[in-house]
Amino acid sequence: MKEGTRLRDFDWVMLLIVLAICSLGIVEIYSATQAAPPSSNLVGLHWKQFWWVVIGVACMLVLSRIDYHTVLDHAPLLYLAGLAGLMLVLIIGESKFGSKSWIKVSGHTLQVSELVKLIIIVVLARFYSEVRTDRLNLLDLGKAGVLTGVPVVMILLQPDFGTAAMFLPIAAMGAFLSGIQWKHAVAFALIAALLMPVGWYFLKPYQKDRINTFLRPGDNPKGAGYQTQQAKIAVGSGGIWGKGIGKGTQNQGGFIPVRWSDFILAALAEETGFIGVLVTLLLYMFLLLRLVQNAQRAKDRSGMYLVMGVAAVLGVHVFVNVGMMIGYVPVTGIPLPLMSYGGSSTLSVFMALGLVMNVRMRRFVN
Amino acid sequence: MLFLLIGFWKLQIIQSDHYGQLAERNRIRSIPIIAPRGQIKDRDGRVLVDNYPSFSVLLLREDPKLLAEGLPLVAEGLGIPLQEIQQQLEASNHIPKFQPIPIKLEASQADIAFIESHRADLPLLELLMVHRRRYPRDGFLAHAIGYVGEISEKQIEASGGKLRPGDFVGKSGLERQYNETLMGTDGMRRVVVNSVGKEVERLEHVEAQAGEKIQLTIDYDLQVVAEAAMAGQKGAVVALDPRSGEVLAMVSRPAPDPNSFAVRIPVEEWKQLNEDPDRPLLNRAIQAQLAPGSVFKIIMSTAMLESKAIPENFTAFCPGYGTFYGRMFKCHVFGKGGHGQVDLHNAVVRSCDVFFYNVGMRLGIDRISYYAYQLGLGRRTGIDLPGEMEGLVPSEEWKQRVFKQPWYAGETISVAVGQGATVTTPLQLARTIGGIALGGVFKQPHLLLDAKSVKEETFPINEHTTEVVTQAMFGVVNEGGGTAEASRLEGIEFCGKTGSAQLISAEGLKKAGQQKRFADNAWFVGYAPRRNPEIVVAVLVEHGLHGSSAAAPVARDIIKRYYEKKSARDKKQYTVDYKRYEVSDSPEHNQIAQGPKPAEVMPKTSLPAPQQKGKSGLR
Repeated sequence: MKEGTRLRDFDWVMLLIVLAICSLGIVEIYSATQAAPPSSNLVGLHWKQFWWVVIGVACMLVLSRIDYHTVLDHAPLLYLAGLAGLMLVLIIGESKFGSKSWIKVSGHTLQVSELVKLIIIVVLARFYSEVRTDRLNLLDLGKAGVLTGVPVVMILLQPDFGTAAMFLPIAAMGAFLSGIQWKHAVAFALIAALLMPVGWYFLKPYQKDRINTFLRPGDNPKGAGYQTQQAKIAVGSGGIWGKGIGKGTQNQGGFIPVRWSDFILAALAEETGFIGVLVTLLLYMFLLLRLVQNAQRAKDRSGMYLVMGVAAVLGVHVFVNVGMMIGYVPVTGIPLPLMSYGGSSTLSVFMALGLVMNVRMRRFVN
Repeated sequence: MLFLLIGFWKLQIIQSDHYGQLAERNRIRSIPIIAPRGQIKDRDGRVLVDNYPSFSVLLLREDPKLLAEGLPLVAEGLGIPLQEIQQQLEASNHIPKFQPIPIKLEASQADIAFIESHRADLPLLELLMVHRRRYPRDGFLAHAIGYVGEISEKQIEASGGKLRPGDFVGKSGLERQYNETLMGTDGMRRVVVNSVGKEVERLEHVEAQAGEKIQLTIDYDLQVVAEAAMAGQKGAVVALDPRSGEVLAMVSRPAPDPNSFAVRIPVEEWKQLNEDPDRPLLNRAIQAQLAPGSVFKIIMSTAMLESKAIPENFTAFCPGYGTFYGRMFKCHVFGKGGHGQVDLHNAVVRSCDVFFYNVGMRLGIDRISYYAYQLGLGRRTGIDLPGEMEGLVPSEEWKQRVFKQPWYAGETISVAVGQGATVTTPLQLARTIGGIALGGVFKQPHLLLDAKSVKEETFPINEHTTEVVTQAMFGVVNEGGGTAEASRLEGIEFCGKTGSAQLISAEGLKKAGQQKRFADNAWFVGYAPRRNPEIVVAVLVEHGLHGSSAAAPVARDIIKRYYEKKSARDKKQYTVDYKRYEVSDSPEHNQIAQGPKPAEVMPKTSLPAPQQKGKSGLR
């Protein structure tokens, strides 16, 4: 065993936080699906999630063994593989919840875009670390834009607006860390604002509905806003202490949409109240702080970019998903990392954390 | 992160109660348990109106997505045009979404099977057990009973939350009058449902309290006779016990079949019923306001004797007509000679118009009007039915007020024989004649057997006057030359007075080519025994021409049946067969059902509404 990869250097604190979050998730998945009829494919979902977590932890350990520089070296290959995977989805993908985002791999459905997200973190980390400047010029920004843009467009074609949007924070985080110029940042913000109405025409009707509902919730409280309304009822009726695990009426009655996955926090908020939400959000905050800390301690720029990329993705996921529960963010198919049921999402988060471990464990190696 | 926590704080701490209520409303569904309405029974306890179980289909409207997707299947499965359901949905927009609305009131076996088999994949429909009214067939006692119907928006508002859309309430007749008693209180089943409406837990179960039954004064046996006698006619019958005010029978024809619209009547059918020139929805017994014709002579006789304005032995010579104020007034025997010299008794028995023209001229309109009003005309009797009409007794003051014209003396001559502006309802005449024969005691007519308070009016009539007037009415039926001589009943003091009220003048009728719609209305008010009568029967047969031939036999049959039943009871030979009795299967009732239906006898097409002209009475 090499000096820098001893068990002692493993980030036990982070793992503890992560497992705590996963446990909350599994408990709530159990609570959300216990009332399902025996014939339903929701039966035993918590066990499935448990095994995903176990596999996730294993993946994380495996990934932490391989030096992240090796991973970075293979970035171009990974990138191409990712694009090929997305292409495959567009050709032979399976539809779920209206998007063609899944492919079948030995009986399990795999959401390729989740893994591509991970690849983009790696690709952009390598890209930004190689720019080696404190003032990014437009050409560099353009290159970063293209690298991110190609998979984003492919995911938009599925169409999965929510997941595609999650790629932008990775690019943005990297850009800021490598010293984007303020005038460029302002210019991009303006261009984005101007492009919004144009993009509107490319949205599917249900996407427009969601955004309309978000902007004017009073217009159609029972139509497209139904999901948000039911989530808010669940959250609000939970009160301070909640109704108790397994006793949330909105959860048990199935009023919360996809309560075992995207809306799992609404179910948790109903059954454990504000206290439960507080604990959950604190756990996520500790996790993110821990990531930032790890980034600061990284040996080199590429390590820092990797960890901050992961932090950016996780942070935005948490923010968007949690915001969805209380109507602050329009409904998109963004799961709550580590808590929502889902193999692809859980695995990709653990793999991302594996990269973080990797960087941390090699912080003293020179 | 803090930003999000503030969001949760707002929802979970500040607005927690509000969302708690929303969550409860989401999961708890209140399903009403409909209380059966009380039965309606006749005076002997025979069931006239009963209930039968039925199912209403309710549409749940809470999830708009499910609704939009499932509606076409609902429409197809229940056989209702999709458009119609959407219209109903739109019309119920203001009702809170968590309240289901009824979209089909009488679910068939197929509908029930459809709903049960699609419970899992179509969680939009709910069955509600209800009780529907079963009324006697063919309009038997239809107007008095009335009918129930779906509650109107106004009634829902007025009930202050007690009544919901889809509830049934009394719309007319006794059903409306005693709605509170009959309706009962609905129970409630509160259950926990999941997001697709499946019941997962039972919370509360409040049984419905059935409505109370009401027992009527109606005598089924007499009603059967009255209905049979009036089958195919247009008119009304009211039989009263004048001593108590109890209504023994009440018929109005033509009559609708309330069963045909006890659920939800198609708009077209309802429109047709309302626009039918025969006005089948009119309860002629209390709502037909028509000239009483010669029946009014009993009021004139009483007024003449009581006012003492004219000596009792006053006589007049009848050559078949009389001339008053420069105009000729015909007696009903005009063209066939005259009555000759007649006194009061003979004038009543033979219904001499000329005699009463003279009496009217000498009494003057205001005295006539005073007595007519005191004896119960021109105002409501106060019967326990909605929509009673008050009739009209003209006076100088009335004419000045309404027409801004002075009273012409010639009009008094017409009024004296029950023509002109004078109009009465059959019920008023029954109460008035019965009251006169009782010596001036007028009871409030009523249909509820154990009525709490029955108002009594007294207008004391001299013993002598009562004796003379009742002797005259006895003569009408029992003396040779009496106008109702043909209806004599052996062994029964059957008395009465005929009437034939013109709708237009005799000349006008000739010009109109003797069309039936202008033919005289036939009246007869009969009672028995002569003094202190037990039963009084008023009969109106519209366009029946002669009271003697068209109306008197109806009263005779009813009174005959009354005495048959009474004597059988006295001899303990009459028993009410409760067990065999059922409204729709009663053999007697079937007899009526087999009788000619009004529509067959009177084609609707040839009967536009009577015109109100000159001396006409219907209004």
